[in-house]
Amino acid sequence: MVKDTRTIPIHQIRKGEPAWVKALLITGAIGILVILIGIPVLHVFYRAFENGLKAYWTSLTGNRDTLHSIWLTLSIAPRAVLLNLIFGVAAAWAVARFRFPGRTFFLALIDLPLAISPVVAGLFFVLLFGMNGWFGEWLDAHGLQVLFGTPALVLATSFVTLPFIVRELIPVMEAYGDEEELAGISLGASGWQMFWRITLPNIRWGLLYGMILCNARAMGEYGAVYMISGRISGLNDTMPLRVEKLFQEYDMAGAFALASLLTLLSLVTLGLKTFLDKKYPVHEKSKEGQE
Amino acid sequence: MKNNTRNALPGLSLSLGYSMTYLSLLVLIPLSACFLKTATLSWKEMGDVVWSQRTLSAYSLTFSSAFFAAVINMVLGFWVAWVLVRYEFPGKRLLDSLVDLPLALPTAVAGLVYSSLYVENGWFGRFLVPLGIEGAYSKFGIVWVLVFTGFPFVVRTVQPVLEEIEPEVEEAARIMGASRWQVFTRILFPMVFPALLTGFAQAFARGLGEYGSVVFVSSNIPFVSEMAPVLIVARLEEMAYAEATAIATVLLIASFTMLAMINVLEAWSKRRG
Repeated sequence: MVKDTRTIPIHQIRKGEPAWVKALLITGAIGILVILIGIPVLHVFYRAFENGLKAYWTSLTGNRDTLHSIWLTLSIAPRAVLLNLIFGVAAAWAVARFRFPGRTFFLALIDLPLAISPVVAGLFFVLLFGMNGWFGEWLDAHGLQVLFGTPALVLATSFVTLPFIVRELIPVMEAYGDEEELAGISLGASGWQMFWRITLPNIRWGLLYGMILCNARAMGEYGAVYMISGRISGLNDTMPLRVEKLFQEYDMAGAFALASLLTLLSLVTLGLKTFLDKKYPVHEKSKEGQE
Repeated sequence: MKNNTRNALPGLSLSLGYSMTYLSLLVLIPLSACFLKTATLSWKEMGDVVWSQRTLSAYSLTFSSAFFAAVINMVLGFWVAWVLVRYEFPGKRLLDSLVDLPLALPTAVAGLVYSSLYVENGWFGRFLVPLGIEGAYSKFGIVWVLVFTGFPFVVRTVQPVLEEIEPEVEEAARIMGASRWQVFTRILFPMVFPALLTGFAQAFARGLGEYGSVVFVSSNIPFVSEMAPVLIVARLEEMAYAEATAIATVLLIASFTMLAMINVLEAWSKRRG
């Protein structure tokens, strides 16, 4: 077994794979990322700007339905983020600071939306608020339009993005521990004073991180929103839905112009994420400590 | 001891009560509406919907595409994770952050771009279509866009495991006479394997439910290229609520099974790590 011990000096072992293997593997990996991700991103901007800046601007602003879809997305995403923010802080506090019966079940419930197809999630809300749905008749009798309206869009978006913020907060809270909070309480701080002065400042970067991811997903959500929006142009089309409609109408310039905004959003999201990862690595380390 | 100190902190009932209410309203009630709606169908009706020819072909297309895409992702994802962990080269940081793009990019945009790249006069299509490779409106197109949407999962599960492997392990094996290939197949690969499987399961689960990108790339023809989520939408548009729900329930059970498997796999890989 140890036949050629002497033939492999340690410094050679430390060098790792032969240079040509290395070069081949690196080239391959770059190729994979360029073909799968890099070129598609460039393609969006190329197609958006291929007829010049002016054409780009007109296809974005010249169409009232497109403008409306931008406005609608900008008004829905922050509400979904806000709902999940409050929930995320509350749930993370309960999970990171206490042991209670059913904790595992609670955690599983939080992850559930990630496992459910967005289309199925959208269907849930149709079943609840549609005309034949559980609350459909009651809502109709009271003149409330939930389905096809903003409330349903916010609900479905919140459903799909539910785990994002809480999943970031739990490891952060676990990582910095409860000593400061206990000290605050024992020195006579009230619960809310402790929260605003100790807990919130400690989790602020994790909170920001989760909000960025949550927002990106909220603005880009398609399947769930598709099911419940009714898809009436200029009324309840969000940006991704509008992209599909323009695509179906063979308005490629319009579709790509709008898609370029969404792509820009995802690039900004990635940039912020990379920046936060580098600047506050506490967040990365804490993940290893997660149970 | 730990329990005592923890109980000294306030806010359990408020935070747990609030988040449980939120979860019930947003997740539990809608979920039970889905199961109860399915329960309004008799077994026979349920069977007719779930086992109809059109539904079966939609399932088999969904499962096979998601499966192949996840297998391709295992290979590509392992490759990229390996290079990102073990080698230094210019532009590495940029590539590393690009990996996450499919999670941040709206799926509708992914579908739009992929269909535009692989059609006959697209950037890739003009080379591939003459070779007989149809990347848009074909089964290959569906699989390929699912590779895109599921790409980050394998990379991000394998990467930390590769990082943790200490160089001494490899050195020891090499000094004792193992070849590089033996070190890879006998030591490195088995250590990474559970993580690879977890990534595979995550990519597979994501592929099962994917809608936004697929609807652009597929021609969505019943029996041929109609995915299960597309069929749910079609049934709903025909106002066939119960049938749409029955198909959705099957998809739900499949995703829950995947979720359970992922948890078991993660527990397994922790025990090995």
